[in-house]
Amino acid sequence: MSDFPAEVKYLPTHEWARLEEDGSVTVGISDHAQNALGDVVYVELPEQDQQISAGDEAGVVESVKAASDIYSPVSGTVAAINPALEDEPEKVNQDPFGEGWFFRVEPNDIGELEDMLDAEAYQEACEEEDH
Amino acid sequence: MSSQTPLQTPLYEQHLLAGGKMVDFAGWSMPVNYGSQIEEHLAVRTTAGMFDVSHMTVIDVTGEGAKPFLQRLLANDVDKLVLYGALYSAMLNQHGGVIDDLIVYQMPTGYRCVVNASTRDKVLAWFNQHAKSDTKYSNVQYVEQDLAMIAIQGPLALSKLSEIEAIAGIDALKPFSALMHNDWLIGRTGYTGEDGVEIILPGDQSVHLWARLVAIGVLPAGLGARDTLRLEAGLNLYGQDLDEETSPLASNIGWTIAWQPQQRVFIGREAIEPQRGKCPMKLTGLMMRDKGILRHGQKVITQAGAGVITSGTYSPTLEYSIALARIPKAASGKCQVDIRGKLKTVDIVKPPFVRNGKILVA
Repeated sequence: MSDFPAEVKYLPTHEWARLEEDGSVTVGISDHAQNALGDVVYVELPEQDQQISAGDEAGVVESVKAASDIYSPVSGTVAAINPALEDEPEKVNQDPFGEGWFFRVEPNDIGELEDMLDAEAYQEACEEEDH
Repeated sequence: MSSQTPLQTPLYEQHLLAGGKMVDFAGWSMPVNYGSQIEEHLAVRTTAGMFDVSHMTVIDVTGEGAKPFLQRLLANDVDKLVLYGALYSAMLNQHGGVIDDLIVYQMPTGYRCVVNASTRDKVLAWFNQHAKSDTKYSNVQYVEQDLAMIAIQGPLALSKLSEIEAIAGIDALKPFSALMHNDWLIGRTGYTGEDGVEIILPGDQSVHLWARLVAIGVLPAGLGARDTLRLEAGLNLYGQDLDEETSPLASNIGWTIAWQPQQRVFIGREAIEPQRGKCPMKLTGLMMRDKGILRHGQKVITQAGAGVITSGTYSPTLEYSIALARIPKAASGKCQVDIRGKLKTVDIVKPPFVRNGKILVA
């Protein structure tokens, strides 16, 4: 059974976003998503300082099985990317909401987070997708 | 087919017990992995793992006309077989495209064909069509068997099997030959590039055999590991590396075509014989040291012209990406692959990449 922590928001495309104390937004993929992908072997991340818009392709996560696009939940400037994923992409499987984070955005408008799903709605969406 | 409830093999409950993640595959509910595909892959390369391959279609072909029938339908020649021998062959259409690739065993009363699950319907339709084509096939019978199949693969596969079942003659069993052990047909065959056996047996007995193998530590492995293992071993997957539009000569299986005797006119012979030695394309290996994963359908650019990746994945043994690609015959050395608009340099290498636990590409 997958984890659906309530302190982050979700996109139907399985990204999560967390508003940090410094005002930045951290992005990763959900536990449900890493389960479905299986062993993650490569993550392509956006460039530092890149401008991205909500809904834009911001990277790719590849498991042994398949490649999957990553979309940014918010618009803004890429403030950081997770350097650990270069050599340890398996962190996405091991700790999807923690050490397996993808990138951090300096958001233009944190109101965009309101458009995302809460844990309950996202979990329902996942269950529908599975059936 | 997708709207129907997927079929379950006799081992379905065993997969759930082992935590198998079930997916629809060619109309069957099959485990893609039981947790980590990479662990399952490495278990087969270093110790032993096992696969439920009961979704594959077993068809027994009997009757006086069985031999000429298969000699007409298969590009390889069943005349090469001795009792309990196994033969790999392509089945071609009139244009020389591949309808299926299969294994044929010589049985005391005829032949046993093991064909892909994904091609079952069209293979049976092809049999129906051609059984009526000539009176000499009028007494040919081909009957799908309701049997399970377990592949035990890895350097310890035979010793593990022998721990739980005394099987006369198993140690002397040569590759691509089989023996009968009670109701079990045990062939020294596989799809991983490792030693091992594939056992065709009644469904109820398969459940007991599976449980006994689990109990002595043989790791269940899913379709995911099966795919990465076969790709490292340079073995083709029907529907990706082989299809009805492509000649077997452009798919690295020219060696399985029996051109002699000249008078054996198998279906597709006329179409492919003129290409013999002159096929402009080849199916070969690619490997990429750089980060990223090669995938089916990506475009390949070589100095001799364009090509395409037919199968690509991450290789758990090599720890970088490998692929099979159909490229111009003259291409060698390095070439480029278009991955989402970025050109990556890769090496052209002759498969297999890995066999019997050893890396064969530098």
